[in-house]
Amino acid sequence: MTITLIFLAAIMATVIGWLLKQSFNTQPWVSNAADDATSGASLDTSAKTIGLTTFLAVATSLFALFVSAYTIRMTQAPDWIPLTEPQLLWLNSGLLVLSSVAYHWTRNAAIAGRTERLKPGLLVAGGLALLFLAGQMIAWYGLTAAGETVNGNPANAFFYLLTGLHGLHLLGGVYVWARSLVRVFGGASAASVRLSVELCTVYWHYLLLVWIVLFGLLLST
Amino acid sequence: MAYVAIADRDHEIEHHDPQTFITKYIWSQDHKVIAIQYGLTAIFVGLVALCLSVMMRLQLGFPDSFSFITPESYYQFVTMHGMIMVIYLLTALFLGGFGNYLIPLMCGSRDMVFPYMNMLSYWVYLLSVIILLASFFVPGGSTGAGWTLYPPQAIAEGTPGVDWGIVLMLVSLAVFIVAFTMGGLNYVTTVLQARCRGMTLMRMPLSVWGIFMATILGLLAFPALLVSAIMMLLDKTLMTSFFMPQMISGGEQLGHTGGSPILFQHLFWFFGHPEVYIVALPAFGIVSDLLATHARKNIFGYRMMVWAILAIGGLSFIVWAHHMYVSGMNPYFGFFFATTTLIIAVPTALKVYNWVLTLWQGNIHLRVPMLFAIGFIFTFIHGGLTGIFLGNVVVDLPLSDTYFVVAHFHMVMGVSPVLVVFGAIYHWWPKITGRMYSERLGRWHFWLTFLGTYSIYLPMHYLGFLGVPRRYFAMGDTEFMPQSAHDLNTAITISAIIVALTQILFFINVIWSLKYGKKADPNPWGATTLEWQTPDTPPKHGNWGHELPEVHRWAYDYSVPGQDQDFVPQTVPASEVPVGRQHGVKHE
Repeated sequence: MTITLIFLAAIMATVIGWLLKQSFNTQPWVSNAADDATSGASLDTSAKTIGLTTFLAVATSLFALFVSAYTIRMTQAPDWIPLTEPQLLWLNSGLLVLSSVAYHWTRNAAIAGRTERLKPGLLVAGGLALLFLAGQMIAWYGLTAAGETVNGNPANAFFYLLTGLHGLHLLGGVYVWARSLVRVFGGASAASVRLSVELCTVYWHYLLLVWIVLFGLLLST
Repeated sequence: MAYVAIADRDHEIEHHDPQTFITKYIWSQDHKVIAIQYGLTAIFVGLVALCLSVMMRLQLGFPDSFSFITPESYYQFVTMHGMIMVIYLLTALFLGGFGNYLIPLMCGSRDMVFPYMNMLSYWVYLLSVIILLASFFVPGGSTGAGWTLYPPQAIAEGTPGVDWGIVLMLVSLAVFIVAFTMGGLNYVTTVLQARCRGMTLMRMPLSVWGIFMATILGLLAFPALLVSAIMMLLDKTLMTSFFMPQMISGGEQLGHTGGSPILFQHLFWFFGHPEVYIVALPAFGIVSDLLATHARKNIFGYRMMVWAILAIGGLSFIVWAHHMYVSGMNPYFGFFFATTTLIIAVPTALKVYNWVLTLWQGNIHLRVPMLFAIGFIFTFIHGGLTGIFLGNVVVDLPLSDTYFVVAHFHMVMGVSPVLVVFGAIYHWWPKITGRMYSERLGRWHFWLTFLGTYSIYLPMHYLGFLGVPRRYFAMGDTEFMPQSAHDLNTAITISAIIVALTQILFFINVIWSLKYGKKADPNPWGATTLEWQTPDTPPKHGNWGHELPEVHRWAYDYSVPGQDQDFVPQTVPASEVPVGRQHGVKHE
């Protein structure tokens, strides 16, 4: 549970620290003109950004717990036979990196207001992500065909579980990507899709980071 | 930059202005309607769980008198009662119900920031409830694994509902977590970003603070339940061995090898302990507002109360293993968790002192919500103190498997939050429905419930000291249980039936009020918080008419010296009525 606890300590320290900062040196029971003038937003950003950030905290909690479970289970019993990860995963990882880069490029285009770059950018970014997912499926089939089934030994089970979970999260992102794509092909301007492209980019980078951590964990054990 | 609150932007208002009956009351995106939907669904499943508890008590009080209660069905009742009450009733009602209703109204927003997701949250929650209830009707019935669902027995042959019941339970939990996450993102974002002008975080009523912190806990802790549910589902359906050890069942070697049941316990309680505070923190917040309003006094030590909520929230993540002292863990590990458990009692006790000090020299109006709030202080102190006993390893070990624990957790997270739920319903009823309830029926409801639950749970502590084991279908003839203990069990059952029947009074009151109740004033209690200052009662869609309110003071300006009225709403500027504590009366 150490990994989860470190994550939680960090996030609770941030949240509680920030909230405490709001509460020091305030005396809510006395009149305060500066307080009267404050807007109702605590952070200078859009609600959607906060929603996504909160969701990423939830997802991080989920992945941290899975990683904790992985490391605990690994040392609990002698039935753990390390899995040799298929080489295909390296190619898949490359695809995911490129997809993230392409999304970032699209984001820059959306911020710069270059609408003409949105279509190719989104198509490449999403296409690469779909290729990554397809590659993961192929890796699954390859492993199953080689007899490394999900109920074979705990290392296999965790491999399928972690990759499947990561894939599902990416699939959720692909849904939002598809919606922006429809809007862009429907003639939406860069300004109008800017926020959703920006948030999607954050999500893509996040899932890349999660994948690097998971892949590293799988390789090293 | 001139800031326009999200809720104040024109397109947002147009966006969810309901047109037809269906968009207004069924597929509604109005936080108030969603709150009522959440509330009704939660209370409905809560009633199911109440019936289950009566069935359990019938068996315990009158063993072998009822042919329809078999050992299998008894365990199914226990399991479903626990799971429904903790998650599908209390969590859903406090956060989905009161969270939805109160956050936008108390913060001065028109709605939640993501109304569509908010609507989706309710319907996904309803789906989880339907899946859960469906497990009563599948072959083999619902799971009887105990509400903690410990493996290996949860998915091992011989446990009731091992074929379908456990699968539906795990799926239902996963669906519930999805619903909660959608709601939770809304609550957090709305509190942070969509308050009205002048509503600083430290001017928020404590109800919002409690719900806000509970939501953060829920968002971070529910993933642990999701992780354990997914892994157990895979153990059950795909024969993996995350939790399932090597086992021989009926002379046959099962396919599992080397899984770790203790890992499940860690994951489950890593969710399970914050869950206690997910239920308790909203109750703490709401009870603070009830006490201040009906005692006509500012809450004692507002900032302390906020800090205590934050401290409890942070600490709640590092006490989980005190549920696992009997799992055979390293004693030093237990020492650590006993210490943190005792530390978390400090901010909790601080809150209790502040509630009592709020009542001190207050102008106490013993209306029904106040009765429930004061009743809560009693039951919570009671359950909290036994918690300090059980937090110590050496005390917990002998008591862990007895009725002492049942008495403790029902007092602290069963009776106490439910009293707050009722207090809160009575308190906000005039705002939600626009009608008054019957004060007399409400009083009967309170006294019968309060005294009745005491007569259920006080004797259980004594049974626990005798060593009467919990989780047993029948006690049989044992030497350590004198006849008086059996008689006590019968008496407890009779009390339980009386308390269960008492709840009918509540529903009579609800129906009577809706039909004949006096039309309610917009602010019948003389409360300061924003939800009582709405232009319409009940508030219409968008809550505030054309203009959003502006806040000029904290939520607790009661009995300000030198004023005719004993409350000053948060919207009144300091130029009209000075803010409370400036007038030489220094209370802090």
